[in-house]
Amino acid sequence: MELVAHFLGSEGARMIVGLIGVIALVSVNALFLIWMERKVSAHMQLRPGPMEVGWHGAIQTVADAVKLMGKELITPEEVDKPIFWLAPIVIFLPVLLSFLVIPFSETWIIKDLNVGIILILGFSTLAVLAILMAGWSSNNKYSVFGAIRSVAQNVAYEIPLLITVMSIILMVGSFKLSDIVAAQSRYWFVAVQPLAFILYIICATAETNRAPFDLPEAESELVAGFHTEYTGMRFALFFLAEYTNMFIVAAVATVLFLGGWRGPFLPGVIWFLLKVYAIIFVLMWFRWTFPRVRFDQLVTFAWKILIPLAFVNLLITAFVLKLR
Amino acid sequence: MMSYFKEIAVGLWSLLAGMAVTIRYFVKPIVTVQYPREKLHMTPRYRGYPQFVIDPETKTHKCIACEMCARICPSQLITVEGTKFPGEKQKRATKYLHEHQYCSLCGLCVEVCPTSALEFSQEYRLAGYHREDCVIDHLPLLQKRQKALNLPVTPIPTVAEIEAAIAAEAAAKEAKAKAAAEAKAAEAKEAPAKEDQEVKE
Repeated sequence: MELVAHFLGSEGARMIVGLIGVIALVSVNALFLIWMERKVSAHMQLRPGPMEVGWHGAIQTVADAVKLMGKELITPEEVDKPIFWLAPIVIFLPVLLSFLVIPFSETWIIKDLNVGIILILGFSTLAVLAILMAGWSSNNKYSVFGAIRSVAQNVAYEIPLLITVMSIILMVGSFKLSDIVAAQSRYWFVAVQPLAFILYIICATAETNRAPFDLPEAESELVAGFHTEYTGMRFALFFLAEYTNMFIVAAVATVLFLGGWRGPFLPGVIWFLLKVYAIIFVLMWFRWTFPRVRFDQLVTFAWKILIPLAFVNLLITAFVLKLR
Repeated sequence: MMSYFKEIAVGLWSLLAGMAVTIRYFVKPIVTVQYPREKLHMTPRYRGYPQFVIDPETKTHKCIACEMCARICPSQLITVEGTKFPGEKQKRATKYLHEHQYCSLCGLCVEVCPTSALEFSQEYRLAGYHREDCVIDHLPLLQKRQKALNLPVTPIPTVAEIEAAIAAEAAAKEAKAKAAAEAKAAEAKEAPAKEDQEVKE
C-alpha cells in the first residue's frame, strides 16, 4: 500500500499518467480538428459540411478513422522498405514528445524542463526529416518533389521563427515555458510584440505545412506530395501528426504571446484550450482564404521580408530592454 | 526603400481584405438544401409535365377529349379517349396517357387546348426504374391531387360504364335515325298527296 502511494506520488507515475493523457488528447484533438476544419471550410463556402453521422456530423471523423484502420497497408514494390516503414513513426514521435513541456495550467504540465521552448523547436524540426524520409523512400517523383520542397521551405521559415522567438526569450530571460507565462502576469506579450506575433503566426503556418504554404503536399500539383504512396494507418499517422502539430504551434503561440493559462473566472486549462483553438481557427481561416504561394515566392517572402523584419524586431527589443 | 515598405503594407492590406471576405461568408446562412429532407419550392412558371387543371367551379378536369393535343403533339405521345355519357352535352375524357419519356416540354398541348384543360405541373422528380414509370396517367393523377386538396374525387369510368354509354349513345342515335327516317317517310307520303291535290286543281 505504501509502495503504491509512493509510486503514485513519484515522477514515474506522473510520466505514465501524462503519456496516457497526451495520447488521448492527441487522438481526440485530431478527430475534433478534422471535423472543425471541414465545418469551417464548409461554412466559408456556404455549405453545411458533414451532417449525417452524429450531431452535425460530429463523429464523422470517428467513422473515417475506423475506415482508415481497416484499410490494407500497401508497400509498393520499389520502395526503400526500412525508411518507408520508419517515416510515419519518425513524424509522429517528436510531435508526441513536444507535449512533455506544454503547460496546460499551473499544475497540468508533465515535466517543466528549463529548456522547454528549445525542446519544442528542436523536435518540430525533426518532422522535416520524416517528410524527407517519406518522400525519398517512396520512389515516386511527386513524393520526392514534395520532400525537396519541404526541406527548402524549412530553410525559409525556420530562421525568422527562431529569431522571433528569441525576442520573447530576451524579454523573459528564460527558456522555461512556465516562466514565460509567469512573466505575462500584467499584460500579454502580444500587446508589446505585435510584429513578433504576426511573424510567428506566419512561420507557424509554414511549420505545419498548411495553406498557403502547403507546398510539400500541394494536392493540385503533386497528387499528395510526400505521402502519396502511403495507405491506411500509415497515412493516418501523417494526418494525425499534421493536426497535432497545429495544436503544438498554437499552444506555443498561446504561451509566448497570449498569456498561456491566464484568464479570469474560468480554470486555467479551459483558458489555455480556448486560446489554442482560437489560434487554430485563424490558421484554418488562412487556409480557406489564401491561394498557395509558388515556391520562389515563399523563399523570397521569407528571406526578403520575414527575416529582416524579425531582425529589426529583435534589435528594437534588445534596445528597449537595455534602456529600461 | 519606400517601395519595399509600401509593398509590405499593400500586401498585408490585401491579405486582411481577403480574410474579411471569408469571415463574412463564414457567418452567412448556408445555401445547401438537404434534399430528401428539405425541398425547394418551385417557381410558378416551372415547366414540369403537363397535367389537368382543376376547374375552380366544378372541382374536376375540363377535358372534352377533342384530341387536339394528341394531334398537335410533335412526338405523338398523347393518347386520349373520350365518351359522351347519357345526359351530358359534351364528350368527357375516359383515358389520358402522356408518355413523358418522349416529351420535349414544348407546351403545344397546353397552348392548343380549347378548354384550357392543361397546365404545367411543379413536379421535378421524374426518375424511374422502367420506361413505363415515365408514362403519366392523368386521371389517377388528378384523383391523387384532388385527395391532397380535400376535393371530391372525380371517378374514372369503368370499361362497363363506357360500353354502356356507347351502347346508349348508339341506341339514341339509332332511335334518332329511325325517327328521322320515319319523319322523312311521312313527309314522302304527304308529298304525293299534295301533288295529287295540285294535279286535281
